[in-house]
Amino acid sequence: MTNPKATIRRALHCILLLAAVFAFLGAGDPAARFGEIGHRMMCICSCKEILLECNHVGCPDSDGMRNELMAAVSRGDSDSLVEQSFVQKYGPTVLAAPTTTGFNRTAWIMPFAALILGFGLVVRVVRSWKNRPAPALADGLRPIRGAELAQFRDQARKETEL
Amino acid sequence: MAQIGSFALLLALALGVYSFLAGLVALIGQDQGYERLGETARRAGIVTFAAVLLAAVVLVAAAFHDDFSIAYIFHHSNRDLSAPYKFAVLWSGQEGSLLFWSLLLAAYGFVLRLRNKTDPRLFAYASVVLAGVQVFFLLLVNFAANPFGLLQGSIPADGSGLNPLLQYPEMVIHPPMLYLGYVGFTVPFAFALGALIMKYPGEKWIHITRRWTMVTWGFLTCGIFLGAHWAYSVLGWGGYWGWDPVENASLMPWLTGTAFLHSVMMQEKRGMLKVWNMWLVFATFWLAILGTFLTRSGIISSVHAFAQSSIGGWFAWFLGISFAVFLFFFLKNKSHLRGEHKLESLISRESSFLFNNLLFVLLCFTVLWGTWFPKISELVQGNQVTVGGPFYNRVAIPVALLLLLLTALGPLLAWRKTSFESLKRNFFWPAVGAVAVAIFLVITPQSWGSVFGLKPWKDISYFYSLMAVGLCTLVTFTVASEFYRGGRVIAKHTGQGMFASMVQLTHRNTRRYGGYIVHFGVVVVIIGFAGAAFNQDKEQEMGYGDKMTIGSYTLICRSYTDEENPNYSSQWAILDVYKGGKQIDTLTPERRFYHASQQTSTMPYIRSTLNEDLYLVYEGLNQDNGHPILKAHLNPLVMWIWMGVWIILAGTILALVPNAPAPVRVAAPKLVETAAPVGAGD
Repeated sequence: MTNPKATIRRALHCILLLAAVFAFLGAGDPAARFGEIGHRMMCICSCKEILLECNHVGCPDSDGMRNELMAAVSRGDSDSLVEQSFVQKYGPTVLAAPTTTGFNRTAWIMPFAALILGFGLVVRVVRSWKNRPAPALADGLRPIRGAELAQFRDQARKETEL
Repeated sequence: MAQIGSFALLLALALGVYSFLAGLVALIGQDQGYERLGETARRAGIVTFAAVLLAAVVLVAAAFHDDFSIAYIFHHSNRDLSAPYKFAVLWSGQEGSLLFWSLLLAAYGFVLRLRNKTDPRLFAYASVVLAGVQVFFLLLVNFAANPFGLLQGSIPADGSGLNPLLQYPEMVIHPPMLYLGYVGFTVPFAFALGALIMKYPGEKWIHITRRWTMVTWGFLTCGIFLGAHWAYSVLGWGGYWGWDPVENASLMPWLTGTAFLHSVMMQEKRGMLKVWNMWLVFATFWLAILGTFLTRSGIISSVHAFAQSSIGGWFAWFLGISFAVFLFFFLKNKSHLRGEHKLESLISRESSFLFNNLLFVLLCFTVLWGTWFPKISELVQGNQVTVGGPFYNRVAIPVALLLLLLTALGPLLAWRKTSFESLKRNFFWPAVGAVAVAIFLVITPQSWGSVFGLKPWKDISYFYSLMAVGLCTLVTFTVASEFYRGGRVIAKHTGQGMFASMVQLTHRNTRRYGGYIVHFGVVVVIIGFAGAAFNQDKEQEMGYGDKMTIGSYTLICRSYTDEENPNYSSQWAILDVYKGGKQIDTLTPERRFYHASQQTSTMPYIRSTLNEDLYLVYEGLNQDNGHPILKAHLNPLVMWIWMGVWIILAGTILALVPNAPAPVRVAAPKLVETAAPVGAGD
């Protein structure tokens, strides 16, 4: 007979492994890099749009920025080099998301830290609730356990199925 | 007119203050026979609604009469503005929208105070809390953002006009829906705080609160998606959600409100999570106000710049005071909120609700954190950074997928305890179905459509889409199995057909099965979101007869034309659309120039089908060579989003309908063989 806990553990391992594999997958195709990096940058014309989504005709910035990006991708510059050169020229707000360096790292860490903290809290709450003493019964009543309890539950489930 | 409006607002403030103070005194001295004072407070609250309504009617009338002596009307209207938008002037600017907020709050208060017979004491407490919030908004519209302020100098012949982006039919309904949602969360908060202050015995207050929350949640859901549809139809960038701070502001209370609608079941059924629910109700109300603070104060940069002003300080004080009041009473009376039962197993409906709430609150925290991070970064490192779509997509999508998994699992778990065997039995076939659908999407040829032939290893967004569709299938199967199993039992007992049995099942427990329909609606919406991974776009200069190909469509430019009307002049591109060599449609994207505001806006043409949207934007003329530029987007599955919203709303309405009584089974009477014949008319 299979151990349910071991099955759950194995399933969790598989899910984690799959998630890790896919998380590290990226588009390596140079033709797609322009679109990918362009969607990680903002147009600086105050429209607050992603660079490749800025739809202002006559926008003073987006055409030039797109050309620069295209040139950098054609040269074969790495993603980080392209991003650095844009940050130097247009300032840090040109990136559509915080970098993973310095204080900006906290932007990425906090949600996951909150997840871990929250998960820990929920587990703690669940444990404390499980260990909570059952409410005292009135005189003359006895707690129902084991097969008798299972039988009553089954009966209740059948009768209240709707 | 301005004087009548200003007087009505001052009168409303006086009545609101009376309702608050007299109600408070009556509650403090309730043992000394202050019932009549309490009754006058209730009536003052009712009349407050009439006074605020009068002010709102005056403002709308001023818009229709082109009374440009009122600064607000001058800035947000003009003579040639069509009637629906003149009506919408009420919520088109800062001062008017705050008046509209006050009006809706007064309307909710009106309904609440009329229904006070349900539980006079609880309603009296809720009425005082509501009056306190009402006074804050009336102070704002009287002293900080008065919509009846007069224009300095001579009265101009025409107004500046309404922002062109707001001149779209949905703007007549989107803000009211959103505000009904925002404002409505004050009511559950008023009941929760009232129940906390008076140490309300029992769970009746939570039943009342849940119904109000559900109504409010429905309005907010509707408002958020109308906003998304407006952005999609008007802004012309081909998307419906940009993670702008204003959009985030509406999402945050929606997330905590949704968490509350789930966790409230734990309190109703098992007497658990009382403290948590109290905080969720407060957080939802507080986040709705925080959202308004974000959109009005200008503290965080947003594309919704038309709503910025200097009233942020008022909101900051109100947020601080409301938090302090709530915290005080919570600390004072928290012993009243002790849980009544213990948790029996980790594999139970209770623990699934706990994790569901954790994920909803985490999503809310992520949105809040991302919205504020540019400001935090400025304070810490001296420069702002952008927190846009890529951040939220990377952080929020995995959490949302986990939530979707819980949506599938939750209904299969029983209260108290579920055996592993039972879970396996109920979960196996839906899981097989979900995996089969995922495999099908991977192995089918890409020529079948945008979402077929999906290769999750090519891009992380494809992987997320595949996961989303797989999990959506899982949720659909589990929801269907719930209907099927319940329907089968009724069919067995009554001999009815399966469909009739499922309808009867739904009538008997509208809340539960309405909730499942909401879950199914969410599934449909998420399938629509999943399509975004396959969006394509193309921009091209197009002269007469020029061709553009995108996906399986070929667009041929037939001509350009223009048109004049008093409010704006417009230019149209006329394009024939071909698919498989056959003309299937003619599209006419438009570009408008509004005379009063001297602003331009695009009106994309969207050819919507179940499979994909062909979205065309006429961007105008190339400034260098004068050639017209068109941008085409091919957005798969967008229609599913709007269909899903209808399903969500249908499920919400169904969940609000009272349950049909279960039929009473009576033993069949024995036949009386010697009975006398019954005559007509007996």
